Amino acid sequence: MTNVEIGTTLPPMTIHATPTFVISTALATRDFQDVHHDRDAAVARGSKDIFLNILTDNGLVQRFVTDWTGPEALVRSIDISLGVPCYANDTLTFTGTVTERVTIGGEQRFVIEVTGKGSLGDHVRGTVHIALPEVTL
Amino acid sequence: MTETERIEAAAERIAAQGMSAPVPGRDPVNQAMVNNWTEALGDDNPVYTDRRFAELSVHRGLVAPPAMAQVWTMRGLHGTRADDDPLGAMMAVLDEEGFTSVVATNSTQHYHRYLRPGEHVAASTRLEDVTGPKCTALGEGWFVTTRTTWSAGAEVVAEMTFRVLKFRPSARAAAPEGARIIDAPEYADGVLRPVISRDTEFFWQGTKVGELRIQRWGETLRHPPGPVDPGGDLDAKPDYVVARGTGTVYSYVVHHHPKVPGKRLPFVVALVELDEGVRVLGELIDADPADVHIGLPVRAVFLRVDDELTLPAWEVAT
Repeated sequence: MTNVEIGTTLPPMTIHATPTFVISTALATRDFQDVHHDRDAAVARGSKDIFLNILTDNGLVQRFVTDWTGPEALVRSIDISLGVPCYANDTLTFTGTVTERVTIGGEQRFVIEVTGKGSLGDHVRGTVHIALPEVTL
Repeated sequence: MTETERIEAAAERIAAQGMSAPVPGRDPVNQAMVNNWTEALGDDNPVYTDRRFAELSVHRGLVAPPAMAQVWTMRGLHGTRADDDPLGAMMAVLDEEGFTSVVATNSTQHYHRYLRPGEHVAASTRLEDVTGPKCTALGEGWFVTTRTTWSAGAEVVAEMTFRVLKFRPSARAAAPEGARIIDAPEYADGVLRPVISRDTEFFWQGTKVGELRIQRWGETLRHPPGPVDPGGDLDAKPDYVVARGTGTVYSYVVHHHPKVPGKRLPFVVALVELDEGVRVLGELIDADPADVHIGLPVRAVFLRVDDELTLPAWEVAT
């Protein structure tokens, strides 16, 4: 990843949020809130279906960026805000752009703006800071 | 004291308690939980799971995904909150006032370094801010912001600002399955066609598929949609939410005269306050003007004029 430039767009990432995906990611993030695995409970609380939890959004935003940079990028921060819910059986498409280069604590970092969109609109918007060390392999 | 004063007083008291005592995670950072996480999320970055690769990488050994920071200290299935947990205390106050539902809205995490298997982290949290009551797409609610610090021993390894919306679930159920779209070709001749701009295109795309889409700037809903953030942030970009389509008549007129092509007189045009809090104008169909009154519960229907135009309208909720 030597030629990262401001304005570079990341290859899109598609996530099929099947019920299995929603439930297994909720449990893998140790989130046992019923709205993430029990449809009846989710409907009783006013939702259409079970929906993705925020810890998974955080992880997906990280994955989207490191899938593109390669494994050795250092993730320094992830800032996300949630929009419309991602209900089971929706499909999310993540897109992103490198928007800025900043220096924090003497380290040069790239700022990547990310959006994850589902059928109801923007599900998550985020900003990720990464550092790209010289790859030694 | 009013409800708002009680909530604000409680927030001040809880915030004044400062940081909670550190609560250690159930388990140290461990490979099994990392594997479960990478498998569920589909993250195949080998620095988390492939020892040989990781040893030759910039990390010189296996590391945990930074985005798992919060996972290590989740309470789990039967965990209970510590007595000094400020988020738990604030949630209890809002439950008491009827704001019983919760949804996470924001998370900002800073990772000071990567964690390695075997490290044991503990989380401390303080209440940072409580703001409300706000009118949101989910209902009336309060935004509660906390700040969490994760430490390994004395070293701070990650920090997070986390915001949840604690809201009063709307009395009405979620969006009715399959909004009603009614063919209304008789409107085609006389109808005044809206000027559809980049700012309003999403709204008219929505009506075609039976969705009442409301523009949103951050946490604020705005209708009719406009080009600029109502808060004045010139860099802000809007998105939208799909309204449930239920609300009550806020004001209305009965149109007796003059004649309108394609329509029988009299007819009713209502300004409806949606459950989400914004007001939307439309014809109230199939209603006897004598029965219409302020406060009348209505729901959205969609009048399909032709391929280009579908108008939002209202019918009396039954």
